[in-house]
Amino acid sequence: MSTVKPNYARALDIKHGRVDMSHGSGGRAMAQLITELFASAFNNEYLAQGNDGALLPQAAGRLVMATDSHVVSPLFFAGGDIGCLSVHGTINDVAVMGAKPLYLSASFILEEGYPLADLKRIVESMAKASREAGVPIVTGDTKVVEQGKGDGVFITTTGVGVVRDGINLSGDLAQPGDKILLSGTIGDHGMAILSQREGLTFSAPIVSDTAALHGLVAAMLDSGVKLRVLRDPTRGGLATTLNEIAKQSGVGMMLQESAIAVNQPVEAACEFLGLDPLYVANEGKLIAICASEDAQRLLAVMRAHPLAGAASIIGEVLEDSHGFVQMTTKLGGRRVVDWLAGEQLPRIC
Amino acid sequence: MKYVDEFRNGELAKNISANITREANPKRTFRLMEFCGGHTHAISRYGLADLLPPNVRMIHGPGCPVCVLPIGRVDQAIRLAREQGVILCTYADTVRVPASNNLSLMRAKASGADVRMIYSTQDALKIARDNPDREVVFLAIGFETTTPPTAVAVKQAAAEGLKNFSILCDHVLTPAAMHAILAVEGGVAIDGFVGPAHVSTVIGSKPYEPFADDYNKPVVIAGFEPLDVMQAILMLVRQINDGRAAVENEFIRAVTREGNVKAQELVAEVFELRETFEWRGLGSVPNSALKLRPPYAAFDAELKFAVDYVAVQDNKACECAAILRGQKRPQECKIFGTVCTPENPIGSCMVSSEGACAAHYSYGRFRESA
Repeated sequence: MSTVKPNYARALDIKHGRVDMSHGSGGRAMAQLITELFASAFNNEYLAQGNDGALLPQAAGRLVMATDSHVVSPLFFAGGDIGCLSVHGTINDVAVMGAKPLYLSASFILEEGYPLADLKRIVESMAKASREAGVPIVTGDTKVVEQGKGDGVFITTTGVGVVRDGINLSGDLAQPGDKILLSGTIGDHGMAILSQREGLTFSAPIVSDTAALHGLVAAMLDSGVKLRVLRDPTRGGLATTLNEIAKQSGVGMMLQESAIAVNQPVEAACEFLGLDPLYVANEGKLIAICASEDAQRLLAVMRAHPLAGAASIIGEVLEDSHGFVQMTTKLGGRRVVDWLAGEQLPRIC
Repeated sequence: MKYVDEFRNGELAKNISANITREANPKRTFRLMEFCGGHTHAISRYGLADLLPPNVRMIHGPGCPVCVLPIGRVDQAIRLAREQGVILCTYADTVRVPASNNLSLMRAKASGADVRMIYSTQDALKIARDNPDREVVFLAIGFETTTPPTAVAVKQAAAEGLKNFSILCDHVLTPAAMHAILAVEGGVAIDGFVGPAHVSTVIGSKPYEPFADDYNKPVVIAGFEPLDVMQAILMLVRQINDGRAAVENEFIRAVTREGNVKAQELVAEVFELRETFEWRGLGSVPNSALKLRPPYAAFDAELKFAVDYVAVQDNKACECAAILRGQKRPQECKIFGTVCTPENPIGSCMVSSEGACAAHYSYGRFRESA
């Protein structure tokens, strides 16, 4: 009797294997990587269709679509990794549009030589984040670039969601007199990454705040408060996001420095590196703008949610044709909280 | 945060502010120059101008290492990186300083030059050890605060026999710059100085005594925290009220009269005075900068590579020179906030957040719109 197994393929060597060019070539190796690593982790009925795209049921409401590329270094950091980050980031972009996120796509650019064991950790982290959020990854793509042409793993995710009738959020809807709310501390994600990159250690480690915010957003929308603007202050931090909103809405803002919370290790790391936490990235925080009379009610709803226990009202929207975002400092003076010029670089002396 | 919050206390700031307002003679103005960019930054970031009466005016001085670096010096570094293929290491916002041909170190990097931003001279040494087949040049800039770490790195490189490491030395001296500001014919419109914080931890308070004795200008050395600055302003107001001119030290928790003698000895061992050095804004200032001593010549990038210094004229419309001397305010420059912005700096004062123009643009320009 012949011992040949006509359809046998040796299982991926996850423990010692590395990504090679064949994993992106469209051949059997790629099919195997997709089946054994991605499909098994992401496992859902749409992905299981096995077609070039996912055929999805009709959705009720206006569609929202958002996309985000993730190129973080290091790929693994305190509080998360590029995998869960790529899921949270896109879910949040969809959620702050006032939408319920429904589906995600994931596109990977892998660098030749990247350890499969690490890739597996990333994929499993994505799968876990997607499961916990209840938002399946329904389609995807994988490409491999030669060694030296990538940074291990790049992940682009795209999300689709639906907005129910009556909800209308946009960055151009802030009005003078409105209150500005922030869901918690700032700078945690950026400083977690930077302190790890620079080898800074603190007695209490800085942990990224990466989290999916759609549950919080849903609670805020369900509260009946008329929200005008929601946004997640990621790259460029709180300051940049507020400037974007001020510009879009053609208004100014006045913030209270004392109302903006910063975790102590984050503050210490910022002091040490000469950075301003207002410009440091967040991955699990949101800014909400609503009418003044609704602010306390919205604040109570936010504080009741586990991801916004430290929410606060940080300022208000002003009439200002210059679109300046200003802040009353803890010292009682005023300053402009400007757009970030270029990259935030440490000062010299 | 301990040792930080104490110096940023709003209630105490209000008290000092009330004292300044009460004591500053309303019949005269108090034109006070904070020499250091660190002070400029603190004043802007905490909005301290709002805590001062209108007759107490702060003038932003030249103590921002990035701001006083002339175009020709940055050109040298760019040429090294582009033409000699060296790995060019430098501190932080130096990479944004505008140079000739619409370049900066950051733009040179984008076009293929190997420019690396480092936090410490130790990083530069490590890069040199890790790349034995490449030349590594550290663009050494800064006042007396950053000079001792450069001296340490040069000595380490010498001890290790690290042959692929050298420095492009642009270290400059604070007292020389203060002399240059004060030694203007007809005098200057400055009534007193908030003296450097970190620089003074190294050089001590003694080198400022001639400014009080010879130029009759009070100097109060202050820390970089907002309450330090407020307290120093109050101390200056009191000296001026009394008609005194002395060197006083608000920053006693870190500064002594003699300074850090060990660091001074280290610097003196490795460096010697340059006869003259061109400062952006101040022009050529004698004995105002350092170069390596002959025993360390092998680590001098200017000797090792063919990179002569070519002086470059600043943009004609740029008022950095007058601003650095306290003769003009940023908003009095024609190109401030229009042609020259932090995204597209023309003059050096717009480059670093410590620069007078960038600080005013980023933190204070709402005052003109009001």
